[in-house]
This record gives sequence, structure tokens and C-alpha cells, in this order.
Amino acid sequence: MANKKRPVIEREDVVVKFVGDSGDGMQLSGTMFSDDAALVGNDMATFPDFPAEIRAPQNTVAGVSGFQVHIGSSKIYTTGDLVDVLVAMNPASLRANIKWAKKGATILTDTDSYDEKTIEKAGYKKDPLQDNSLDGFNVIKVPLTTLTKESLKELKIDNKTAERSKNMFALGILYYIFNRDLKPSFHYFEQKFKKKPELIEINKIVLQAGFNYAETMEAIKSVIQVAPAKMEKGRYRNITGNIGTAWGLLAASEKSGRPLFLGSYPITPATDILIELAKHKSLGAKVFQAEDEIAGICSAIGASYTGSMACTSTSGPGLSLKSEAIGLAVMTELPLIIVNVQRGGPSTGLPTKSEQSDLYQALFGRNGECPVIVLAASTSENCFYYAYMAAKLSLEHMTPTILLTDGYIGFGSALFRIPKMADMPPINPPLATANDPDYKPYKRNPETLARQWAIPGTEGLRHRIGGLEKEDITGAVSTDPMNHQLMTKLRAAKVEKVADFIPEQEIDGPKKGELLVVSWGGTYGAVHSAVQQMQKAGKQVSHAHFHYIMPLPKNTEKVLKSFKKIVVCELNSGQFVNFLRMKYPMPNICQYNKVQGLPFVISELTDKFNQLLEEK
Amino acid sequence: MEFVNTTVERSTVQLSKTDFESDQMVKWCPGCGAHAILNAVERVFPKIGYRKENFCIVSGIGCSSRFPYYVNTYGIHGIHGRAAAISTGVKISNPKLSVWMATGDGDSLAIGGNHFIHIIRRNVDVNILLFNNQIYGLTKGQYSPTTPMGKVTKSSPQGTIEHPFTVGELVMGAQGTFFARVPDNNINLMTEAMFEAARHDGTSIIEIMQNCVIFADKAHADITGKEMKDEAMLVVRNGEPMVFGKNHDKGLILRDTQLEVAVIGKDGITIDDILVHDQYNQDPGIQLMLAKLAPPNFPMIFGVIRSAMYPTYDDLVEEQIKYAKETSKIKNVDDLLNSGDTWEI
Repeated sequence: MANKKRPVIEREDVVVKFVGDSGDGMQLSGTMFSDDAALVGNDMATFPDFPAEIRAPQNTVAGVSGFQVHIGSSKIYTTGDLVDVLVAMNPASLRANIKWAKKGATILTDTDSYDEKTIEKAGYKKDPLQDNSLDGFNVIKVPLTTLTKESLKELKIDNKTAERSKNMFALGILYYIFNRDLKPSFHYFEQKFKKKPELIEINKIVLQAGFNYAETMEAIKSVIQVAPAKMEKGRYRNITGNIGTAWGLLAASEKSGRPLFLGSYPITPATDILIELAKHKSLGAKVFQAEDEIAGICSAIGASYTGSMACTSTSGPGLSLKSEAIGLAVMTELPLIIVNVQRGGPSTGLPTKSEQSDLYQALFGRNGECPVIVLAASTSENCFYYAYMAAKLSLEHMTPTILLTDGYIGFGSALFRIPKMADMPPINPPLATANDPDYKPYKRNPETLARQWAIPGTEGLRHRIGGLEKEDITGAVSTDPMNHQLMTKLRAAKVEKVADFIPEQEIDGPKKGELLVVSWGGTYGAVHSAVQQMQKAGKQVSHAHFHYIMPLPKNTEKVLKSFKKIVVCELNSGQFVNFLRMKYPMPNICQYNKVQGLPFVISELTDKFNQLLEEK
Repeated sequence: MEFVNTTVERSTVQLSKTDFESDQMVKWCPGCGAHAILNAVERVFPKIGYRKENFCIVSGIGCSSRFPYYVNTYGIHGIHGRAAAISTGVKISNPKLSVWMATGDGDSLAIGGNHFIHIIRRNVDVNILLFNNQIYGLTKGQYSPTTPMGKVTKSSPQGTIEHPFTVGELVMGAQGTFFARVPDNNINLMTEAMFEAARHDGTSIIEIMQNCVIFADKAHADITGKEMKDEAMLVVRNGEPMVFGKNHDKGLILRDTQLEVAVIGKDGITIDDILVHDQYNQDPGIQLMLAKLAPPNFPMIFGVIRSAMYPTYDDLVEEQIKYAKETSKIKNVDDLLNSGDTWEI
């Protein structure tokens, strides 16, 4: 919608954050704003930031719920360190988020929500709108509640219903500031509230009223335009990491011809995978909400024995509970995909915050020598691909695979270029054929060392497996010392062999030089952006982001040895760095760590990299 | 007897016991009750008549749980307490299998208690053979959740101070649809109960009063022993009056809300006054009372105590999938990927 009255300012990227009480509808406003940005052709990343409690006390900092959107006219890698526009529905949300506002940021806030009580509850001594503490910001003060009620006067609806739509008034103002068309949102209301037509009208009126009101406001000096991003041609959609993971598993099931089974127990931040897969029974997905984490994985092991592509989804504490059962899957050499959406730990830790502190657990957290394949997705959009690859490797190599994602990419969303199933790599599990006279449960394919998968019901292949040590080839129970040593070696070698089937590690930037930045998992966006910034400034920095962790890509040692200095950045105290040091002892590997339940910000990374470049 | 359970494919040839004997050496102690249970299973499987490839035996950990290795079927020996969860996955994943679970009082009632009550509550069509020897055998003699109060074991040198579970009560508390109790010294009763468990569509629990010769020898002898059994055991059969005693002259009657032992021919009691067993009654009221009876005042009840028809979890899973496939617009993953809001760039 062209706007004649005010100058249009072109911006390469903008970060907007919606914050308010848990019940203020901030997730909806944020989602609508980002969906609309996608329609305009911007690239984007989003992240919902909500408290662990469902409805914490109103007007308190503990109860603040937020949704951050980063849109841009070029590729967007993170949800943004600091915000350009902050929509704060009450004093508590302002107080909790002002530290993330850029100097000069626009702050839109509801003046109706400021009274003695709410100001005090937020922890302010004085009204922040009156005490000059917001000097330096472009504060747009709007009596949102009053104006919303005003706009709905003719409908004669109750005050509560009217007040509840004030988030749409704020969104209307934002749409004006961002020079947006309201029609797609109207269409959205018509779809969303099909069964409650009165809500369609209410939301339309309020959104329009907010937009019209903004047109008259003195405080709005200009409107912002973010041009469409240049993106690879194709069909796009918005996707969260958890939904991407669920869909990647469905895709692998279809490609492999093995029906999907998920045994899972609700746990933040992994529950969305369970919820999403439960929706897709039409694709044959069997989703079992178990009585606990252990039953989740054990049911999956039963399903795997029976020929399903079996999965279990969880987060850190749940992975702890599954440890013994992962050992059973390792011993029985069955395919099993274990998704761990990491959160802050130990124990219950920080359920809604993100961390990378389960790497040791994924690699080593079981009794006995118990190797599994470990992969890590790095963005909301590639969760789909790495879930698919986790399933492919697990099925083809007959070994459990742990896929690590985290709350940040799991909850976060990004634009996703929709692939065609025909283009996805084939998946061929080593199924045993009926009545094969040579079938032996633990006979292996020499190339992969995988045993064959003999599905119960198949004629001529009756066999027993279990958690007791198995004799090589026959699979009979064996306590023979030399056999145990051999089988221990074979289980490890089978996982190492996977390195022959995964891509080599790529380097972003010069292939050798001064400084290699190493990262893995959900920190890709921040680390990549930091490296890119330094490369643009002419600094000699390269970046290697790992997706395959166990086994590591074959060229890992060569990659590491091509640089004078290596810095491994992780959201833990140094788990991947120690894994690398163990594998490739080198004196020049240093580390940068943060364990705050928060993602890296670009500036802290560039500071560290610059410091390393300057040190001799 | 007519078969209720029709999901599993039947064998076209007559199978025999030898079809189910495995080549593995059976390593239970000589005299262990488990040998008889194995014998019963190998006898009843050909009688049930499914294809031999359609049987799958699942177990947890303990003496009982070596069972899958000794029967020539598909089988998986799991981890301690988790057999019910593994079985659930096996059955949901492939409902065409006849799933049997071998477990013990420690495996299913202690470490696996949670999975045990939930498989029962969901009514997953799995036949559970619960070897109740009232002791931990494989770890050499610690008390279990069914060890009688006060019993001296290695971990209770002054006697246990725990109230034991009554398996039947626990099963019905968890809304169980099938419960039978059998002694390990009566192979016919065992095979009858196993056959009925196979017929029953839903979770079937067969509590087998099994003797551990080493650590709890003769634990059940006061009930199932040769000299005792006529007076201490009452074997129920559907539609028949519940009588017992050496001379078949005692029976159960219902007086007010309580069961009582009455003597036929005494105080005007005739056979017509004796309570008739109804294993198919959906209301578990009387069945629960029966499951709880025990000496010295009552006989212990054996045979199929409850077998009520309810929808099974595995059937409902299939129904939901069938419905979704018929009604959903999303027929494959390409449809899914392109569903909802998408746009071309």
C-alpha cells in the first residue's frame, strides 16, 4: 500500500519484537506479522520467547511472553540480537525487554496499561513513560485499550472481548509503519475464525482502526520498507524446526517404505514433534503417547524389531531416562531415531531455554561401550533434512541415531524451500528375504557392517535377539570373552563406517589460514553472521559448521590442521571442543563458551575472533 | 471353541510341539516351574493354530525372561521391567502378530509396574505370562512385591515389612479385561488358560503360581501342593457353579455383599444355591472378589476369572488410520509439504 504522506525509508533488515502478558496474544501478532512479511517476499527468522509457566501472574516480568521476528531483503541467519521495533503491551514487558532495544529503536506501548499498581508490579520505582528513562528511543505512546474499545463501540460487545483484541490494534499500527497491505490478514481471520464469525469482524475492525489511527499520528515520522529478498526460485513456506523434524521423519518413512512409529512422552521443547506427527495418520504414522519416556523408547524398539521406522522424541531429561533402552537398541542392532531437542540442564534446568549441553550425553551417556550415530541440525529449515538423514543412516546402517536440535531452532521458524520427494536421496534398509537359507541374525554386509533386518511374520526367518551379548554371525547368547571383544569392536566399527557415506566437512571461507571458527548445531546463524561480518571487513577467518558429529566427516583432521588457530564456539562449557581434542590432539584448539540459556550474539563472537587474531 | 481374535493369520498346515522347540540349551534350574510353563506354551501354540511366523515373544529381565530364547518363534529379550512397553510397540506396529510376553513378579510389578498397569488400561492385545514365584531369583533371593508379609529373604533378614500385591486385584484396578490364575504343576489348566488368553482380544494376564526351587521353594505348596489342593484350590469354569473340596461338597455363595463358603447339604444349601461363574461379565465386581480370596478362610481361585470384551488399543489405532486415509486430503509427503500457506518465488 503506497503511502503518500510520509517518506519511505528502505531498510536491509529489521528486528521486531512483540511482548506482553502471556494472555495478550503476542504469539499470534508475531506470527501474523511474519507471515505477512513472507508474502511481501522478505526472508526471515522468528522465535517465540515464552515463560515456563502457562499463565504466570499478570503484569509481572515472570509472565512476559514474546515473539521476535527478523525480516530482511537478504538471507536472514538469526532472529536478531537487538530489536529495532519493540511492541510492549504493559510496563512489565517493557522492563523485561528494553535491554534488547537498539539505540533509537521505536517502542510502541499501551499507555492504558500504566498505573501505580502495574508499574510497581513490573519492578519500576517511577513511571518509565514519565521519567525520561526512555530518552533516546522513539516512543509511540498509544492508549491501545481505550482506542480498541472505542473502535468496537457499535458492535455492543462486552469489555473483555473488546480488550482482548488490542493486540490487533497494535498490529494495525505496525502494518502502517511497515507499509503493509491489510488484505492478507483479513483473509487470515476469515480462515482462522470460520467457526466464530463474530471474531472475524472484531479483528478486521480493530486491525483497520489501528492502521487508520497510525496515519494520523505525529509520532510516526516515516514508514519502513524492506525490499523482497533475492532467494532461490521455488515454492516456499514458513516452518518451525520441530515441524521440520516431524516432516523429515515422515519423508524418510515414505521414501524407505517403512511405516513410521513414534513412541513419545510430552516434554518441553520437544512436544511439538509428537503433536505434529499425531496429525498425520493419513500418511500411516502410528503415534503412541507413552506412559513415560522409557515406554516411549521401548515401544519404539518393539516397533523397530517389527519393521517400522521407529522414532522417539524428547529433551535432555528424557534422554537420560532412555539411556538403558538406547543400549538395548545398540545391542540388538536395530534402527531407531532418537530426537533430542536440547534445553538448559542439568535436571529440570531451563525448560524453555536453549543450550547445547547434551552432546556428551548423546555421545557417551550409556553403560558399556555403546556407540551411536550423532547428527545435529543447525537451522529451523534444515531440521527437515537432518531428520531425514538421521532416519536414512539409522535404517541403512541398522544402528540407533541421535538427532540433536535445540529449543531455539525447534521453536524458531524460518522460510523453507519446499523440496520434491522425488529429489530426496533413496533409503534402502537391508531387509532379509523370506526363506533365505543363509540368513543369520548377526551376519553383516562388509561395506556397512550392518546386519540384516528380518521382520517378524516373514517365513523362514524366525530368530531371537535381546540385550545379552550376541555371538558373532549366529546371534546366539554368548559370554565368550573373545567374542565380546570382537562384538564391541564391530559395533564401534559399524558406526565409524558411516563416515564413508556422509559428505566431507565444508569450509566457509579460505581453506587454510589464520583462524578457523568451528561450531555445531543451532548456533549456525549467529556464528555464520559473525564470520561473514569479519570476512567483509577483510579479516582472514574461516568457518566450519559440523552437522555430522559421530562419526565426524573423514576430512575433519585435515580441515583442522589447515589453520594456525581454531576456536570452537558452543552453548556449553566445551563439549565438542573436548571431543575434537580427544580425537585430534592439537595444542592450538581454543574455545568460546556460553551457558546462559541464550543464543550467541554476533558482537560477542566478533570480539572474541578479533582478539584471537590479534594474539600472537 | 470359537476364536474371537481374527487379526492373526492362521496356519494352513497342522503344526506340532516340535515346530516351536528351539535349539538353545534351557538353562533354568532343574525342578524350576518355568520348565512346565515352557512345555505348556510349546503345546498350546500349535493348538492355537496361527502361522508359526506370526508368534512373537517379548520379555524383560529375570529368570522368566529367558523364555524367548527357548521357543522357536520371533522373539525379543528386552530390559528390566520394560517388556510391556516393548510388546505394545510390537503389537501396534504389526497387529497381525500374536504377541506373548514372559515376565515375573519383580519385572512387571516392581520395576515395570508403570508399564504393566498402562498396557492393561489401554487393553493392547498382548498375552502376558506372569511367572509369580514371590522372589527375585536371578539376583539370588531378595523379596519381591508379591512376597508374603513377614517372609525372611536375603534382603529382609527380619522378615519383610511390605504389603504384597494381589495380582488379580492390581489387574482389575487397572481395568483389566482378562485375568486367569494357574498353578505351574497343572499343565492342562495352564494350556487351557493360555488358549483362552489367545482367544481374548485385549490384554490377557495369566498369573502362574510358579515354584522357585532354590530361593522360595514350596512358596505355593500350601495351596497347590498335592495334599492341599483339593481344599485350598477352587478351579472356576464359565457357567458352572463354583464348587471345591475333596468330595465336591463345598461351594461359594453370596450372602449380602460378601462371598462365603457353604457346604452343600448343610443348612439347606443345595447346588442351586452355589454361585455360577460368569467370566464374561463386564462388571468385575464378583470377579474382583474371587481374585482376592485366599486361605485360610477361603480357597484360592484358579482358572479364567475374568474375560470381558472391550475395544483394544491396537484395533482403535487401525481404525483411526483407516478413517484418516479415507478422509484426509494429504495422501503423501509432497501433499503435506505443499499444504497450508505456501508461495512461489
